[in-house]
Parts: sequence; structure tokens; C-alpha cells
Amino acid sequence: MTDHNKRVDEATGTHLVGHEWDGIEELDTPLPRWWVYIFAGTVVFAAGYVVAYPALPDVAGLTGWSSRGQLDAALTAEAVARAPRLNAIAATPVEALTGNPQLMRSAIEGGAAAFKVNCVQCHGSGASGSRGYPNLKDDDWLWGGDIASIHTTISHGIRSQSDETRFSQMPAFADMLSKGQIQQLVTHVRSLSGQDKPSPAGAQLFAENCASCHGDQGKGNREMGAPNLSDAIWLYGSDRAALTQTISKARAGVMPHWAGRLDPVTIKMLAAYVHSLGGGEALPQPQTATAAPPAAPAETAAAEAGQSNVRS
Amino acid sequence: MSALDLINPTSDLYTKRAPVFPRVVNGRFRRLKWAVMVLCLAVYYITPWLRWDRGPHAPDQAVLIDLAGRRFFMFDIEIWPQEFYYVAGLLIMAGIGLFLVTSAVGRAWCGYACPQTVWTDLFQHVERWIDGDRNAQLKLNAAPWSAAKLARRLSKWSLWLAIAAATGGAWIFYFADAPTLASQFLAGDAPFVAYATVAVLTFTTLSLGGFMREQVCIYMCPWPRIQTAMLDEKSLIVTYRDWRGEPRTQGLKKAAAGPGKAGDCIDCNACVSVCPTGIDIRNGPQLGCINCALCIDACDEVMGKLNRPRGLIDYLNLDDHKKELAGGTATPMMKTLLRPRTLIYAAVWASIGIAMLFTLGGRSRLAIDAAQDRNPIVITMSDGTVRNGWTIKLRNMEGRPRTVELAMTGLPQGRMWTDAMDSHTAGRSARIALAPDATTRLHLYVSAPAGPAGETGFAVVARPLEPAVPGGPPQDAARNLKFVRQ
Repeated sequence: MTDHNKRVDEATGTHLVGHEWDGIEELDTPLPRWWVYIFAGTVVFAAGYVVAYPALPDVAGLTGWSSRGQLDAALTAEAVARAPRLNAIAATPVEALTGNPQLMRSAIEGGAAAFKVNCVQCHGSGASGSRGYPNLKDDDWLWGGDIASIHTTISHGIRSQSDETRFSQMPAFADMLSKGQIQQLVTHVRSLSGQDKPSPAGAQLFAENCASCHGDQGKGNREMGAPNLSDAIWLYGSDRAALTQTISKARAGVMPHWAGRLDPVTIKMLAAYVHSLGGGEALPQPQTATAAPPAAPAETAAAEAGQSNVRS
Repeated sequence: MSALDLINPTSDLYTKRAPVFPRVVNGRFRRLKWAVMVLCLAVYYITPWLRWDRGPHAPDQAVLIDLAGRRFFMFDIEIWPQEFYYVAGLLIMAGIGLFLVTSAVGRAWCGYACPQTVWTDLFQHVERWIDGDRNAQLKLNAAPWSAAKLARRLSKWSLWLAIAAATGGAWIFYFADAPTLASQFLAGDAPFVAYATVAVLTFTTLSLGGFMREQVCIYMCPWPRIQTAMLDEKSLIVTYRDWRGEPRTQGLKKAAAGPGKAGDCIDCNACVSVCPTGIDIRNGPQLGCINCALCIDACDEVMGKLNRPRGLIDYLNLDDHKKELAGGTATPMMKTLLRPRTLIYAAVWASIGIAMLFTLGGRSRLAIDAAQDRNPIVITMSDGTVRNGWTIKLRNMEGRPRTVELAMTGLPQGRMWTDAMDSHTAGRSARIALAPDATTRLHLYVSAPAGPAGETGFAVVARPLEPAVPGGPPQDAARNLKFVRQ
């Protein structure tokens, strides 16, 4: 130590560091003991930390901990926690899902998440679609609105590359009918939903060219995916220009098939979610049913069905 | 402690604690302190074990703060998080209650009921039981370490630790079913947070009550500082009647010299030796005085032996002290207690309490919330009608399952159904089964014929089918909604 070189400040009894600036000198006040001990403690801690944890590049710590490993562990724990419900959904046929309110609710929650990733690009984040992309919240279904039909549509898509895809093809009538005839048809189609006056010539053309798929009354046919032309919902619009375009050039929207891309449980959950959006229909009654049971009053139906009970 | 002196280098900002060994004392205020201590400890330890039958759907613990389930049970009152303002009201009442007590009887809270005082008192009794009274403790403290001293210290600390662990242990039972948690705790199956809470409270009880003691009151607690704003000249405080005691004389002969030459104080130091915070009350009102009144008992005892009137040290407010100094007599205590300031505090305190009791008695145990669907708000259906949707939450705050009829009023052509129903069975109402003491969530659809764009107001009303408690308040819950067309 070089204490003998340093003067002691009379007022405080503390050594001076030895420098002087215009008569101002600096006290060499020692660090507080507790501070020095804590500092030494941090050095010891740091040494242990470097050995135990991955502190150096490309050197794993003794504990084997890594942030990636922590994430993996968290994801695995989540998967394990979800497994019982996912397994239950996997083991339940999609037709039986609506009969199990608790499982259905789980499926809807899971489907809502999957919908946001895979479906919103076309159907919109609110599932309300847009021109050319069906609104999934209304009660109009091209291929059926029960959960099994929805499941089939999601699995195999529409006009997709799947062998079992939903497929329908409307002819383009521009080459088969004159422009005048097409306008007569447009008038008739609009009259089916009360938007125009009846056109006997158009009705005649409709019976000859359209009724085979859309039906005599234009009610459509879900077997063939032929839209109902008499309701208030129009996928491509019901103004004259849109209908002229539809009849002349036809429409052929495509929905991808998801079987093979998404796992079966996710597809089931998506079907449950779409079914829950407000337009879901009951499964068709089996043909063997002898007599339809008396329709349950609304009250008991609501009271008996399991509503979700959450504490909040 | 010397005043802070930045110039003089010998002054030190840190004063080492001088240990306090209060002597045992008997008297009226000591007996009151015993009673308050027994009451406080009994309430603290017994309350979680009281049972209260609430039927099969709610816990049977009389006082339970169910943080996980977000319920607060207190005897017949159950509070949901939405009603937390009742708890806020209680806290406000506690605050104003402290103001009231302080302005009326000074630091009574500090002297009798504060947990720091109660547990320190308890620890000091254990200390006297092991080590003996003040003089024995002083001797033991000064003695070098020996086997005997170590044995005494270890047994004292173990007893303290046991009390501290019991204190921390009792706390957790307010937050879960006490018998269940107790068996879980002993079996090692209790949640980690239970063990951590007990450990933390054991440590704080042991360190605050056993070792830090009066330092908590003097250095850590903000309440003595707030006192200065709360106390006035009419608040009761422990006062030394210096006009009577001074000049102090040691020895009876000198004291007998006659009035004017000797005061009643014989400087026996009894008041100092019994003081749990180690102050000398004869120096006047001070921060360290927690107004526990033990010095009054000690002084009364001495005055009794000397055949002098009691009350050389007494509960006496500053005004009365001044009056007595001028030769007058103190105002009667009731007159001091019932003065505008305390009456106003009492009125505010009571009116908050009465208002809360009124609202508590008339509150509804059924509530409905509605959030309208967005993205999109309006859905056109194939028959041309328009549909809106709401997420409905029905809170059944009674401990029994109930069925409510959810009906719509207004929107004459509207029809409603829920996600548990088929839209073909839509009507003007639906019955909903509500689980006990739970929120039931459902989706409500309402459709109406298309029309000009705009909003149409209507309401949904939930009406329980079960009869309400006889004489109870109406239990309907209604919510105004807006049906949107575009």
C-alpha cells in the first residue's frame, strides 16, 4: 500500500487520493463493506452461472438448460394437456359431435383457432365471406349445412384436386343462347326472388336449360351444389350485370381440399366451428325412422341442452 | 440520537439499537391489553375454522377469500368480483375508522390492536417466561456465551419460531377450505404458494415481533407520521403531569420536604423500565410512544405505595394539560370525546356503513350482460330477414341452480333463439338453465324482417322461474339492446 504517500484529510479523517485541482482534493473514501461483499458474491455467482448455463457461444451449460429447450418443454406440456380432449374428438364420429355439448364446445374453440389460420383468407375473419366467397354465418348452403356435409366440404374441397371433391359445372350459355334470350333469363331469375316482373319467355328458357339442376321453382339442389335462386342470398350478386355475367360465362369458385393438409381432428373442429356460426342445420333424419317425434318446445330444448357454465 | 450534523464528522447517521427489556407490570391498562390481545388472537386463529352452511353448491367456510374462484364469502354475504366496491367501501370505513379512533382516543390502535403490538407483546411474555423479568434479562444479555445461555436462547427462539409458524400458518386458511388445506399442508400436498406464504409470514413475524420490535414503530411504520395530522389538542394521549411531578426527587425524605420543593415524581424509573419502546414519557409526547399506557399502570402502582393520588402519568389531552397547569381542572372525558370533529368522523363512518348495508340488502342476485356480435353485425338470411347476434352472460349469484325465462320486449316482429336451440323453434322467449353460483354463457340470435337501415331498440329480460326468497328484492335482470339493419 502506498498510504505513506497520501495525506489524511483533517476534517473527515479519510485519506486523499493525492490529486489536486485548484485546491480541490478528492477523498479516498473506501467502498462500504456490504457493497464489497455483494460485489464479491456476484463474481462468485457469475462463475457458477457460466458453468451451469449456456453463457459462452456454442457451449452448453452443465444443467443442459436452453431457451429452445424451455420452449419445447412448454409446447410438449401444452400438447399433453390438450391430448385428452383431442383424442376424445378424434374418437367421436363427426355426426355424434353435436350430441356432446361439452366436446362440441372444445371443438368449436379449437376450430375457431384453426379457422383464423386457414380460412380467413377467403371467408374473412368474421366468416361472413364476400362476393364469390360464401358467407358461413347465414342459413344458405350450397352443399348442405349439417355438420357431416360441412365436414365433407372442408375435407375434399370444391372443384379441388381431391378424388372426392365437391364438383359442379354450370355451362356458359353465351354460345348457346342469344343475348336477348340471356336477358329474358335474367329477368325470370330475378323474378323468382321478387326482384323483377315475371317473364313468360324467360320461364320457358329456364325450364328448358336450367330447371334440370336448379329445379322448376329455382329452389336449387344441394346434391349437385346448384344454388337456390329464389332466396335473398346471392354469392355473385343479383343485379342484372352480375346475373348476365353468371349466365353467359358461368362461375366456378374453387375451395381447396384440406384432408391431407390438416389433421383429421382439426378438420372435425373446423366443421364444428363453421356449424356453430349461426346457420348450422340438424343432421337429416335416417330414412328408417318411423314417426317423427313431436317437436320439442323451444323452452325445453334450451333448458335441456348444455349451455356452457363458466365462473367469471 | 444526536441531530443530523453534516459538518461535525463525529456524527453518525446510524444509531445502533439499544435493546429494550421491558419490566412486567400489572394494572388496569395491562388487563385491558390482555383482553384485547386474547380477542385479536382468537379472532385471527379461529375465524377460518368457523363453518357456515350455504347448501351443496357453495363452500361451508364462514369467512373465505376464494381467489381462484373469484368469490369472497363472509357469513351470509357473498361478493362477486363485479361487486368489489363493497370491499372498497370496507377499506374506506377502516380508514375513516382509524381517523375517528385517533382523533378521539389517540393512538389506541398502536397501543392495543396493531398486530405489531400484539405479537411483540406475546413474544415479550415468552421472553420473560424463559429468561425472567427485566433484571434477569439484562444480566443474561451481558453475560458471556455459555451452555446455559445458549440453552435459554435456543428455547426462546424455538418458541418464537413456533408462534411465528402458527401465525403464518393461520393466514393461508382464509384463502382455502381450512380443514382440507390443513391436511394437505401436513401431508405435503398443499400448493407451493401455501408453503411460500407460510414461510414468508413466519419469517416476518419472527423478525418483526422477535427482533425488530419497537424499531418497526419508530422507523418503518408510516402511521406515527400520519398521526401528526390526525391528532389535535383534544385527542387522548399518555401524558406526564409535569406540573405535579417536577421537580423530581429521589428518596422519600427529600420528597417529604414539602410542596414547591419536591414533586410527586420520585424518579424511580418504573415508567421507563416497563416501556415496550424504551422511551421516557416524562420527556413529553413523542414519536416513539405507542400509547400503550403501561407506564400509567407502573406509575399508579408506585403512587399507591406512596399514598399519593394515582394519575401522575395518565391519559390526558394537551388542552387539559394546559388547563391543569393553569390551576384548572380537566374537562370531563365524555365532553372531550363528543366534539364536532369526532362526531363528524363517526357520522361519515356510519353513513357509509348504513349505505352499504342498504345496497347489500337490496342487491340483485341475477345479472345479465350482452355483447353484440361484430364482423359483421348484420347477417341476411335466405328468407330475406335480418339477423343480429349477442353473446349473453347470465350470472346466477345464488347458491342454487335456477331456470330463467329470457324474453324479448320491443321489436314486435322479432324472433329470438339461442345457440342451444334450432332456429325453427324461435319465438319471443327461451328457458335457460343456470348453474348455481356461476356465469352461464350463451349465444342469442334475433331475427326481424328487413327494413330501412338503422337501429331499433329492444330489451331482453331474464326472469327466474323459481320463487324469490320470501320478502326478497325483485330478481329480474334486463338489458337494453339495439337491433341493427343496414
